[in-house]
Amino acid sequence: MSADAESDGPADTVRHISGTGVPVRGNDIDTDQIIPARFMKVVTFDGLGQFSFFDQRFGDDDEEKAHSFNEDRFRDSSVLVVNANFGCGSSREHAPQALMRWGIDALVGESFAEIFAGNCLALGIPTVTADSETIEALQAWVDENPDGDIDVDVEAETVTYGETTVEVEVDDAQRKALVEGVWDTTALMKSNKNAVRETAESLPYVETDD
Amino acid sequence: MSEGTLYDKVWDRHAVAELPTGQTQLFVGLHLIHEVTSPQAFGMLRERDMEVAYPELTHATVDHIVPTADQSRPYGDDAAEEMMAELEENVREAGIEFSDPTTGNQGIVHVIGPEQGITQPGKTIVCGDSHTSTHGAFGSLAFGIGTSQIRDVLATGCVAMEKQKVRKIEVTGELSEGVEAKDIILEVIRRLGTDGGVGYVYEYAGEAIESLDIEGRMSICNMSIEGGARAGYVNPDETTYEWLAETDEFADDPEKFERLKPYWESIRSEDDAEYDDVVVVDGDELEPTVTWGTTPGQGVGVTQPIPAPEELPEEKQDTARMSQKHMGVDPGDTMEGYDIDVAFLGSCTNARLPDLRRAAKIVEGREVHPDVRAMVVPGSQRVQEQAEKEGLADVFREAGFDWRNAGCSMCLGMNEDQLEGDEACASSSNRNFIGRQGSKDGRTVLMNPQMVAAAAIEGKVTDVRNLSEVTTV
Repeated sequence: MSADAESDGPADTVRHISGTGVPVRGNDIDTDQIIPARFMKVVTFDGLGQFSFFDQRFGDDDEEKAHSFNEDRFRDSSVLVVNANFGCGSSREHAPQALMRWGIDALVGESFAEIFAGNCLALGIPTVTADSETIEALQAWVDENPDGDIDVDVEAETVTYGETTVEVEVDDAQRKALVEGVWDTTALMKSNKNAVRETAESLPYVETDD
Repeated sequence: MSEGTLYDKVWDRHAVAELPTGQTQLFVGLHLIHEVTSPQAFGMLRERDMEVAYPELTHATVDHIVPTADQSRPYGDDAAEEMMAELEENVREAGIEFSDPTTGNQGIVHVIGPEQGITQPGKTIVCGDSHTSTHGAFGSLAFGIGTSQIRDVLATGCVAMEKQKVRKIEVTGELSEGVEAKDIILEVIRRLGTDGGVGYVYEYAGEAIESLDIEGRMSICNMSIEGGARAGYVNPDETTYEWLAETDEFADDPEKFERLKPYWESIRSEDDAEYDDVVVVDGDELEPTVTWGTTPGQGVGVTQPIPAPEELPEEKQDTARMSQKHMGVDPGDTMEGYDIDVAFLGSCTNARLPDLRRAAKIVEGREVHPDVRAMVVPGSQRVQEQAEKEGLADVFREAGFDWRNAGCSMCLGMNEDQLEGDEACASSSNRNFIGRQGSKDGRTVLMNPQMVAAAAIEGKVTDVRNLSEVTTV
């Protein structure tokens, strides 16, 4: 769901995401765990998906370790369910890029690190939050229902799975951006070119080439 | 909401427009770029047939992948060479100034901005690197961004942001012997948590902060992000101005300095500024701090017992258990005496001149423990050159340290400097995440530079105050 290269206007709307879930448990899962730095020696994001959680998934001799991303039953999942402070650490967009390229379209968790959540938004990926009990219940349900659909409704701020609908929180700006399809900020900001120039000129330290 | 703080003032001066999302379009006064997070952004720009809007407000360096031993081109690592070549091409095409290794100005992006004087009070500064918060030491509003946002900044000179809350962190008192800025920030993160700063900008204030040199302030602001705060700053004062006056930007242009100084003064937080939260830390109470776990929030005074997971807040217990297992430490023990295989003195947190000077004092006349491989990676070529001139490099070399060229190096293991197997590293860097230093079984113990020096010599985590020649900052 990357931005349309041809489009110069706002992006697609992301009102809700549906798909099966995959749980990744633990607080403080940092971006070095999501994608180790050695896989960032690249000049494009292509092919990063396979390296998601690499060191959690594979041992020294590339033998598979127990990790939900290694399980066949979760292979086609698109809703990642995580715990607190997910994505802390570095600003590397490689982390959400890797998850997106693995197949993740939405994240549901207790909380997210700020830069990570911003990076997700830039890719049109919602990061919605709920309290720890709600998240743990959802993770348990996903474990028992790997083929069960989860509907993340960004607009209504709910997550529905099985017979259950729970309320979740979506950051205001994120909700507007996704629901109204204005998460691709380049075109938006470019259209304010004159106001940008005025601001630049009002700053005592700016010496532009204009 | 906060009012009258430096954050409010700098934000207002740079606000261009409100976006339909409710976010603010914020003008960027300085965009720093490096080889890891920018190539994809330039690619996105090309796809959209857009040009760099403000190349004159953009500055590049190479730091993450640059080899710190043999820097001859092409680099030994093909991937590193490709990234470097891509950056060279991008900056050449766009007309962006590049502090590459041939200039003598290359170094870690958060070291070179300040030393060239382009990091200034009241500027908005962004970079595709979370430790951009470092520049807040000068009273800049500086934060890390992702690659899509780099595209935004390249294309428009702006970034879309939501305004955050401001937490004042007041550090009172005076630091005692062997205690440094690093120990302050490790204590802040321990107390407030690795996610305590989410949604906040941290303003560091108080006697203990004001008496720090600018490098110490940089160490503190640098690790704001480890506490979840995207940005941290210190109000500019005479210490800031003295540094700036000596830089390239102002040394030969005192008129420019005088012209900008009123602006710098004007953006200081008011005495009666309102904050969303205030936290007080007693600087007198601090001792050299080390981490016992795998998040920067898992710190403890070097003489204090490692906490039992059950003593910690519930949400931290599972992580603590996992961390203690990884590190092989037991609750109740102290970290003092923990065996060390590697000593790394480097990174954007602690690889500036005063850091190296203090560490060298500990090292002088002593030898690195035979079981330890120890390395110093200066933060920049200028730091390296000055350290060589002052004889610091000789002190380190004679003691058995490897003296390297400037770069990020073993802070994140993107070049050849990496931990092997389950090696334990006494590190002056900022992150002890599992796998961070290049080996997924590696163990990182974060500490201040003097403590790294002491660990290198003793082969184990050592209370530097028990060695002679400890510096009080």
